[in-house]
Amino acid sequence: MTSKEKSWKEISPAGVCWKASTQFLTGDWKTYKPVRDLEKCTRCLLCVLFCPDGAIHWKPEKGDIEFDYNFCKGCGICANECPAKAIEMKLE
Amino acid sequence: MKSVVKQEVLALNGDEAVAYAAKQSDVDVVAAYPITPQTIIVERFSEYVANGEVETEFVCTESEHSALTACLAASVTGARAFTASASAGLALMHEMLFVTSGCRAPVVMAIANRALSAPLNIHGDHSDTMTERDSGWIQIYVENTQEAYDSVIQAFRIAENTDVLLPVIVGLDGFTLSHTLENVHVLADDVVKKFVGTRKFVNVVNHEGKTVPFKLDPDNPTSMGPIALPNYYFEFKRQQEEAMKNALKIIPQVNREYAEISGRSYGDGLVDAYYVEDAEIAIVCLGSTAGTVKAVVDELRADGVKAGLLRLRTFRPLPVEKIVNTLKNAKAVAVMDRSMSFGGEGGPVFHEVRHALYDTDKHPHIVNYIYGLGGRDTSPMQIRKIYEDLQKILRTKHVETRVQYLGLRE
Amino acid sequence: MQTETEWKFTAKDIAEKPDLFLSGHRACAGCAPATVLRLIMKAVRGPTIVTNATGCMEVVSSIYPYTSWATPWLHTAFENVAANASGIDAAFKILKKKGRSKHEHVDIIALAGDGGTYDIGIQALSGAVERGHDFLYVLYDNEAYMNTGIQRSGGTPLGASTTTSPAGTVIPGKLENKKLIADIMVAHDMPYVATASPYYWRDLLVKVRKGLEVNGPAFLHVFAPCPRGWRSDPAKSIELSRLAVETCIFPLWEAVNGDYQLSTPSKVFALAPQKKKPVKEYLQVQGRFRHLFTPKFEKLTEEIQRVTDERWKRLLKKCGM
Repeated sequence: MTSKEKSWKEISPAGVCWKASTQFLTGDWKTYKPVRDLEKCTRCLLCVLFCPDGAIHWKPEKGDIEFDYNFCKGCGICANECPAKAIEMKLE
Repeated sequence: MKSVVKQEVLALNGDEAVAYAAKQSDVDVVAAYPITPQTIIVERFSEYVANGEVETEFVCTESEHSALTACLAASVTGARAFTASASAGLALMHEMLFVTSGCRAPVVMAIANRALSAPLNIHGDHSDTMTERDSGWIQIYVENTQEAYDSVIQAFRIAENTDVLLPVIVGLDGFTLSHTLENVHVLADDVVKKFVGTRKFVNVVNHEGKTVPFKLDPDNPTSMGPIALPNYYFEFKRQQEEAMKNALKIIPQVNREYAEISGRSYGDGLVDAYYVEDAEIAIVCLGSTAGTVKAVVDELRADGVKAGLLRLRTFRPLPVEKIVNTLKNAKAVAVMDRSMSFGGEGGPVFHEVRHALYDTDKHPHIVNYIYGLGGRDTSPMQIRKIYEDLQKILRTKHVETRVQYLGLRE
Repeated sequence: MQTETEWKFTAKDIAEKPDLFLSGHRACAGCAPATVLRLIMKAVRGPTIVTNATGCMEVVSSIYPYTSWATPWLHTAFENVAANASGIDAAFKILKKKGRSKHEHVDIIALAGDGGTYDIGIQALSGAVERGHDFLYVLYDNEAYMNTGIQRSGGTPLGASTTTSPAGTVIPGKLENKKLIADIMVAHDMPYVATASPYYWRDLLVKVRKGLEVNGPAFLHVFAPCPRGWRSDPAKSIELSRLAVETCIFPLWEAVNGDYQLSTPSKVFALAPQKKKPVKEYLQVQGRFRHLFTPKFEKLTEEIQRVTDERWKRLLKKCGM
């Protein structure tokens, strides 16, 4: 039986993790996807703070936020909390 | 060969000897909870702390479960950790024994072997540590107070060896050894400190892809104790077994190195063979009762009887090869068990020795004597009876009763 | 107790801090505990070691070989995270004393759910606090043993339906009140105890910082809605954490050396009681309270309101209001 998983000789002892979870994309979990109205958005950054998955980033160099759909699970918290109602959850 | 160092002789009981050994071994953290008959270990050690005789963080945890947890956490943070317990306390730690060995933390724990409840009994037997056979801890059983002192010091070297990295239990019989005063030759502080050395850390690969020391360090983050699903759990258990195999080589090595500075060695570290290589009838025994057996063997040998004793010093890892070699001429073997495995038709040591000898050509008769439960004393006369039973087996070539209870009121 | 003023916590500053609780964890969509953890890790101020009890957050963040932790992290068992913290604290103290650690100070954060705190974990927590170890214990409270399938805990509120206290035809869910865990911790005479809620993120962050700055044990009880277990809309998890404060079901306060002080978000309702929302508004958006809106069990909502009001009054008294 061939397996891409490592053998007991190849892994570090005691289960020390060797991959960051950022290599595990959870974006395919979502059914609905947050879409932002750039005009309504006030860049209050509440969505960045509230996202359970850290899938919304504040990009200071761009002066704007960015959704990382690789990790967004489509929960809708951002849309629900947005004070400007600038985010809409759309079916993927 | 280094020269044997000058040693002081102190009158210490088993618990005091253990505490003294821990004191000298540059232990960083001691987290413990008192339970008879181990209480003197923690009390004595806390006196050392209160008098500034040790540089150790002493944590009086609120239970044994937390005691072992704190030792484990301290150990993976890079500290040398030591604790002690017995009976119900060890049983309460049960879950954490597996976690400690699974995390490959080299914690050393002294167990003042005591019976498990119910009914409540504070006296010595091996039921507490035998129950932890499968926990992945190395187990060493000592015969006397001197060996308790020596073994605790050796335990740190064995546990921390980077080919082993397994926690170690040093078992000493409750009250018989823990509370009995004997002469103990102790090494000088600096000699012990040099012998145990400082901890070395193996390297692991972390989630940043870096090779870092195996400990909790903010500069080199590691995540320890993850959930390993069916696709990986098995591999970690195999690693632990490999470590046990390595321990079979390391324990004799440490025993030899210790003999060089102390002049004392315990068999080869794994087994203590007493007039057994040419013995036709032999007893296999662990712990302090082996001392009584040795006295009886002396008497029998003086009478020309080819009797012998195999004292198993290391029970985990089980030294199968050594057991087979040492008992190669034995025709009848009595295994003494100071604990029971209810419903198992015999005690744990009996099961394991039979297992070890099963594939040999000679196939001796092997019988079991359950003895000393709940601290019941075993007399030389009772030991003689065992040898007489073995002689009968030799004559009749037949085993009447495979499992007997020594000293039980029938 | 003032926190270090040089620490800025505008939304922008927090948003710019890199996440130490990484994306890619396997928490459910809309998991408020995950938000809570992200926010807590934003308040970290220097070298930090995190230790976690068995539970949702531990499991979703450490599925071998993946980890969501950018800091050193340890999990051992369920009931002993406070003992973990004790061991790490003791080790660090002695290693520093013996000159074997290059860090002047390491913050230790112990994380546990209501499972690992209220019931099975209370012994280790009580012991660790009594011994005065220097660590911050954060309880993320989703009000049931969620990871094993939504079983009731000491933190499950009155009337909630869980899998071991289900709302049936005869019994309307859990019949016991929520244990006042934070008040139990205040009775330990410890330096800092506080409650927080993720909607009030700034209050939460300041409290985390205060807890870390304490030289000794600190306890932070954070309200963390679970859409799965509460049968609520995943999008409303943070809104629920606001409603809980607005109904005074989960008031926000801190006790510095035993001195109770109401936090700003809850002060509103002390000063203007008419703004306090009826508990029904909170209960009706959660499926776990659905049975309370049937004729047979609707009396229980009155009892919930009564208990909420009584506890709120008692708290106000302790806060000298």
